[in-house]
Amino acid sequence: MSVFLLKRLMTFLATLAVASVLVFAVLELLPGNVAQVMLGETATPEAIASLEKKLGLDQPPLQRYGHWVSGLLQGHTARSYSYDTPTAELMAERLQVTLPLAALAMSLTVVLALALGIFAASQHNRLGDVGVMAASQLGIAIPSFWFAILLILLFAVKLQWVSAGGFPGWSEDNDGGLIEGLKALALPAVALALVQAAILARVTRSAVVEVMREDFVRTARAKGLSRRATLWRHVLRNAMIPVLTVMGLQFANLITSTIVVENVFVLPGIGRLVFQAIANRDLVVVRDVVMLLVALVVVVNFVVDVLYALVDPRLKASDA
Amino acid sequence: MRDSFVRRALRHPSFVVGAVLTGLLVVAALLSLVWAPFSPTEIDIPHKLQGPSSTHWLGTDSLGHDIASQLLVGSQNSIVVGVVAVGIGLGLGVLLGCLAAARRGWVEELVMRAADFTFAFPALLSAIMLGAIYGPGLMTGIVAIGIFNVPVFARIARGSASAVWAREYVLAARAAGFGPWRITLDHVLPNIASVLIVQATISFATAILAEAALSYLGLGTQPPQPSWGRMLNEAQTMLFQAPMLAVYPGLAIALSVLGLNLMGDGLRDLLDPKLARRR
Repeated sequence: MSVFLLKRLMTFLATLAVASVLVFAVLELLPGNVAQVMLGETATPEAIASLEKKLGLDQPPLQRYGHWVSGLLQGHTARSYSYDTPTAELMAERLQVTLPLAALAMSLTVVLALALGIFAASQHNRLGDVGVMAASQLGIAIPSFWFAILLILLFAVKLQWVSAGGFPGWSEDNDGGLIEGLKALALPAVALALVQAAILARVTRSAVVEVMREDFVRTARAKGLSRRATLWRHVLRNAMIPVLTVMGLQFANLITSTIVVENVFVLPGIGRLVFQAIANRDLVVVRDVVMLLVALVVVVNFVVDVLYALVDPRLKASDA
Repeated sequence: MRDSFVRRALRHPSFVVGAVLTGLLVVAALLSLVWAPFSPTEIDIPHKLQGPSSTHWLGTDSLGHDIASQLLVGSQNSIVVGVVAVGIGLGLGVLLGCLAAARRGWVEELVMRAADFTFAFPALLSAIMLGAIYGPGLMTGIVAIGIFNVPVFARIARGSASAVWAREYVLAARAAGFGPWRITLDHVLPNIASVLIVQATISFATAILAEAALSYLGLGTQPPQPSWGRMLNEAQTMLFQAPMLAVYPGLAIALSVLGLNLMGDGLRDLLDPKLARRR
């Protein structure tokens, strides 16, 4: 297992390094003159020269890249052009909305998907199974941002139970607080979880059905273990391997859906930040946010690999 | 053989439902090329925010655009994005996947690592980067979605092609002196075509979803060209006055995606009976 983990760690670090080169190349080198892009066609040469100096664009690319990466690693990032604040501060502030939302959505997804998937597998080819599979097919087809709009339509416009969007903040001042904050994130989390759970429930169901056919399950039942005990002790543990893999892949999807859904509910998260940055042509913020999101996806995939090694008995045995 | 495939297809409920929904999408797009009840871009303020009537079947939006016409013409957009983005993924991905399977060794390793790497860049992130530099637009969306499709097809093509390379008839072809490209064209591609067709159908659905999200965010299709995603964005500002405006475009997206996914699932069962039995 340690060889497997070491290999994964190397891949993880290499992926991050290559990703940083790519983000830098696309956002700093590809446009030609970054200052020109940020200031627009009508900018005077003096304004462009002054911004180039401010952003350090007069230095050679390799030096700029090194400066950027070392800054990111130490938390000393460049200042946003439109907010005049270090991007690390901006991102840290916005992550207070995005991360809890993603975590809430993922928890909801896992609970819903495992419950539905295991239920469908236990009802294999019966009415319950067909019902869950049909519902999940619908869930996969519905765009999460449309489902979010429908939720607003029902709960904010028709029933008027909640506000149509916005976020009061986590602190008690300005009518915020933990409860109010969670309330504001509830509908967005449900909108995100529906689609993700639909996909994961299907994977869970097929994985459980597949494992139930294995010889060791028949042996467990033959030695007198109850159906429930077999399910928990033998089936689920083995079925979790493909489920975990798909969860890792889904995380990238969840992050991008979070960006979209934040915009539907006007939540001041990373998604809003990056879209405002595009509107303001603030390439400094776009560059750092994209790198942060890519890093998030890569880190989660690495964590999934580690979990994978812990769950899969075959990988564990390979150490012996 | 062909007869039995058609007969089996007609008896497969999800394939039939999927094919009908997909057929509707294609017919809508083709029809809109020659006819729509009204011009989808014509502004008609005196008739804004009207409910469904015999003149405006689904009503009008805040600028008086006819919703039914916008939906019809918007379907063109979904089809164009789907075809081009899947085309990019299929063309480049299959080429790379087949190259990896035929060459093995470091070429295979390089292609597969590159594919793994591209997965860290979901279509939306590529669209954000491209949109920030070149400005938003249909092309930005198509390229971003297309790039994300390349590793999807590369992985599938390589996996299926490697299995074909291990077969006896490929060994026979190699013994007869045929080169890797000839074998790929004559033996590998025909044998992996069914897997690719299934994936293309499902990727088409994903592309429609991704384009809708990008247009909703303002990174995809730009006005005046109608698109389902942007219709939803505009409808959201009118939720209190005209809630149904937010329902129709979403329904069009969901039904198109559902149709393509069902057709993909159906095709998988029909083209690979072994897999169908295991499900």
